[in-house]
Amino acid sequence: MTTTTTTPSASAASPRRGPAHADPGPKRRRRGRVGEMRDATPLTYIALIITVLTSFFPLWWMFVVATKDSAAASERPPSFLPGGNFLLNMERLFANTTANFTLGLMNSLIASTIVAVSVVFFCSLAGFALAKLRFAGRTFFTLAVVVTMAVPVQVGVIPLLILMDWLGWRGELQAVIVPFLVSGFGVFMMRQYVQQTVPDELLEAARIDGCSSFRIYWNVVLPALRPAMVVLGLLTFMNTWNEFIWALAVLTPDNPTVQFSINQLNESAYSRDFALMFMGSTFATLPLLIIFVVLGRQLVGRIMEGAIKA
Amino acid sequence: MLFSRLDVKSSPYLFISPFFVLFGIFGLFPLLYTVWVSLHDWSLIGGNEGFIGLDNYVRLFGDAKFWNALYNTLGIFAIAVVPQLLLALFLADTLNRRLRMRNMFRMALILPYITSIAAVAIVFSQLFGTQFGLINYALEFFGVDPINWRGEKYASWAAIAVMIDWRWTGYNALIYLAAMQAVPKDVYEAAAIDGASRMRQFWQITIPMLRPTIIFTVIISTIGQMQLFTEPAVFDSGGAMAGGTQGQFQTVMMLVFQEAFRYGNYGYGAAISWALFVLVIVFSLVNSLVTSRIRSAT
Repeated sequence: MTTTTTTPSASAASPRRGPAHADPGPKRRRRGRVGEMRDATPLTYIALIITVLTSFFPLWWMFVVATKDSAAASERPPSFLPGGNFLLNMERLFANTTANFTLGLMNSLIASTIVAVSVVFFCSLAGFALAKLRFAGRTFFTLAVVVTMAVPVQVGVIPLLILMDWLGWRGELQAVIVPFLVSGFGVFMMRQYVQQTVPDELLEAARIDGCSSFRIYWNVVLPALRPAMVVLGLLTFMNTWNEFIWALAVLTPDNPTVQFSINQLNESAYSRDFALMFMGSTFATLPLLIIFVVLGRQLVGRIMEGAIKA
Repeated sequence: MLFSRLDVKSSPYLFISPFFVLFGIFGLFPLLYTVWVSLHDWSLIGGNEGFIGLDNYVRLFGDAKFWNALYNTLGIFAIAVVPQLLLALFLADTLNRRLRMRNMFRMALILPYITSIAAVAIVFSQLFGTQFGLINYALEFFGVDPINWRGEKYASWAAIAVMIDWRWTGYNALIYLAAMQAVPKDVYEAAAIDGASRMRQFWQITIPMLRPTIIFTVIISTIGQMQLFTEPAVFDSGGAMAGGTQGQFQTVMMLVFQEAFRYGNYGYGAAISWALFVLVIVFSLVNSLVTSRIRSAT
């Protein structure tokens, strides 16, 4: 997952000028990092503002239509201000019998939480072992984890469904939980993090004090992993919350996840009730937006480190 | 003493076993079992109705629907990913400057990535409505006739590509931005002294320096886009997985769904999925080769 393998040798070709960079000025304080960066022009800001508006618009439109009556979605000229039907539409959404929205929301919350906790636990456990414990086959197992990251799970959807039939899990909530309890990406990410942050001396000291391997993991490693755990947990929560194709294959309309549930609204209607569909979409997006507000900055940091796989 | 020796010896295996056991059952087994299922006449109702060898694959080669779905998948991939990565490079270059509110702009880039795909696809489906969609309304403003976004093949591809790009451009831009910040600044200084324009610096320094990162994003996009499903499936109202009246935008993954769950042909569906898996691997390899060739040629 390293994305920044630059070649420093290229810089050797450049002529180095004088002692440091001789432009003393008010910016001196920050020069080390951004001093040589180009200044933004008005054009830069225009480009960025267009990007910001494009990012926000579909979500704003979703919210606007969700607060109106259904005819408003096709109003000409369109109005981009919210209306007064928010509570009414919310009521209609939760009362709708095709969508089973309340159950879908609950199911998604349960599944996403369990999967996130499980991925964080099992992946940090395996990541710790691969990073710090000595055992025969360690290199092989680490490589195996990396290879699993390239396997697209969706391709196995038919046999997975046959497997669910054998287990009697078709239509049951565990069908969208159990197959996702671990992730190769999670193990790899945790292994990298443990290697970088947990010093060997600390582990040795704990060992000498008589800690078992699991106690070392629980009392020494886990506390050091907290930042990585939060990010991995939330990314996993997001992915599980968003999962659509497998839920569509294995679940039924009477026991849906939230994505399945809003898709029911999308597919069932003859004349399309946009206010209802958009209200459902708003609720399906809301938990993710909360994550964004709380953790957007850390997520940006993680992505910039190149630690995230799509 | 004995306990502690046993602990040191066995704990590592115990710690990694949940991952390997669960992955084995729910990841590796289905993938391999796909091959087995694809060699059988296997249906939803009748179950396994006997070994038929490569018949499903023979059928696949002669199936116009499969070739159509593959053409659609590759076409949407091409018109979505190429502009997306170019735009991401441009945005990253834009953000790689001394800026006010830098964090706000970065957060805005990542917002689409943190939204529910199915929900956003529903919203975009309405925006791309032929009669009442906002996009046609806006086009009309510029004197363009309404476009039949669902009915016409290339228009439907464009609509789906927009949904994909909306979600992923900012994400890729952040990855590029990180890589750009790792490029030593004095390389640019030297180029500027030699009289290279900003444009030239971008194409001859930034892009080659970013080569590993570009390859990475191309491969990730390939793996993702070859399995494209949610956006076109939601765009195609009615849930038939047909991808429009003439299969204008039916992707390979939609075809797998249609065969397996609409028609109950597990065996044939499995053959298509396995073909898709092989294609994902092949295209990732080809992509990485081509990308590195192009870049080393500049």
